[in-house]
Amino acid sequence: MTKNPYRAQKIAFFFLFLATLLIVVPVGLIIVSIIQKGLPAINWQFLSDMPRQGMRSGGIFPAIIGTLYLVAGAIIFALPIGLLAAIYLSEYSKANMLTRIIKLAIVNLAGVPSVVYGLFGLALFVVFFKFGASILSGSLTLGIMILPIIITTSREALESVPQSFREVSLSLGASKWQTIRHIVLPNAIPGILTGTILGLGRAAGETAPILFTVAAFYLPRLPDSVFDQAMALPYHLYVISTQVPNVDEKIRYGTAFVLLALVLFMNLVAIIIRYKLRKKKKW
Amino acid sequence: MRKFKEFIIEKLIFICGMASIFFVALIFLFLLKEGMAVFRTVRPFDFLFGKSWYPISEPAQLGILPLILGSLLVTFGAAVISIPIGVGCAVYIAEIAPSRLKEVLKAGIELLAAIPSVVLGFIGMVTLVPLVKSIFHLPTGLTALSGSIMLAFMAMPTIVSIAEDALYSVPKTYKEGAFALGATHWQTIWRVMLPAASSGILAAIMLGIGRVIGETMAVMMITGNAAILPHSILQPVRTLTATIAAEMGEAVVGSEHYFALFSIGIVLFVISFAINVTADLFLHRER
Repeated sequence: MTKNPYRAQKIAFFFLFLATLLIVVPVGLIIVSIIQKGLPAINWQFLSDMPRQGMRSGGIFPAIIGTLYLVAGAIIFALPIGLLAAIYLSEYSKANMLTRIIKLAIVNLAGVPSVVYGLFGLALFVVFFKFGASILSGSLTLGIMILPIIITTSREALESVPQSFREVSLSLGASKWQTIRHIVLPNAIPGILTGTILGLGRAAGETAPILFTVAAFYLPRLPDSVFDQAMALPYHLYVISTQVPNVDEKIRYGTAFVLLALVLFMNLVAIIIRYKLRKKKKW
Repeated sequence: MRKFKEFIIEKLIFICGMASIFFVALIFLFLLKEGMAVFRTVRPFDFLFGKSWYPISEPAQLGILPLILGSLLVTFGAAVISIPIGVGCAVYIAEIAPSRLKEVLKAGIELLAAIPSVVLGFIGMVTLVPLVKSIFHLPTGLTALSGSIMLAFMAMPTIVSIAEDALYSVPKTYKEGAFALGATHWQTIWRVMLPAASSGILAAIMLGIGRVIGETMAVMMITGNAAILPHSILQPVRTLTATIAAEMGEAVVGSEHYFALFSIGIVLFVISFAINVTADLFLHRER
């Protein structure tokens, strides 16, 4: 094989290309098949009606609303903390042991299995704080889960603002906080937005953290308060694919389509913002 | 007054900066608080290496060895599939693909990473499971193999993106040096780029595997959930994560079963902690 290095290269490159195809083609097939079989199920009634007959007919309206509530709650909790943590890391922290430990903690928080977040949410919010299985418990659990995403992307956005901007502001007599508030933050907003949207997408798609903290098996009404249980799209898809027999394939694919569309749409928006940002950057 | 306001804000920023450490500690503490209670009745050794998991029989048998082996089997299968494909794809994107195709491929990988695991589980149920059943003539397609294949797809985005970063961060001069000595592009990749990026690639593989061990929904939907000691990859198995997800709903708060599920959570937390810390060390050594 080593006799002719150019032939060896051809063979090797062919296999590398094959490996790439082995990832990309199935991804394409998955998305196309969900669109193909899910799209025909989508109509106004499916999106706006309550589930009926033990979820075998009707729509998925409460699941959509439940997911929106959960995602909104998670972001209300995670964005302020995550943003301030990112400001700390990018503007205040020094290269010392404490910073090293914080970064390690972020990596670990991102790596904790999603079902362990579910256990934690159950132990802390549902049982210890006695919030019960509720939108509040679920949102807080999801919020902690997406914290590392928000911190990491916001920090990158803040750090990519050139040092000279800060120096000019400080030399004009502005305080450190004024510099951050009026110079650094406005320039980092698109990057922070990207991170927030990615966090939203992640929170919308996760099932395991909400299993024991909020998700209702079948609740054909809208939640009344943050202390109410709610249905959620990912859990609903799990329920109608494995727990309820004889659900029409159309309903299952339709639910999968709505969930996938929601998550991919958010990711697409994030990708577009990032792309535009890269082009527009004036420094 | 302004000074005071800024003092408050800076303190708040500091407190939020510590939030990650606080939450990691809080998660571990609450897992310990609930999980350690099970060791009042079961010895830790019997818990980890006991061969039967019958949490609701009388008396309950709480040995998680079948679950550990189930997780290992599925993870091993997923690693065998995803490591060569993932690293190969990373090399292709970083070194070979023309720049337009590169952007498309990266977006495709990002899309794969974004698909919720419950959607992958659903697709696995309706396509992969019947396929495995008919190819191997099995009574059921809900096997460790099906789980491994589906989980390989969840590990690949992690492996590809981190391995690709590692390849990019190899200094350009290494490559130019190899070319100047007359090496072909492939010889350069194989003999220079890959060894130079090896610690980053290793970290990529570890983080990919970490993702697989912690994966819950897809694995619960397609591995069949039989808590028995697995003998073959064509059998139904049950993983640590799926056990928690499937049984916590029925476990009474404060019961032995409830505590045992939290102990499984401790095991998962410790595994993911070890993987992430080690991978982080590898990534830092590289710089």
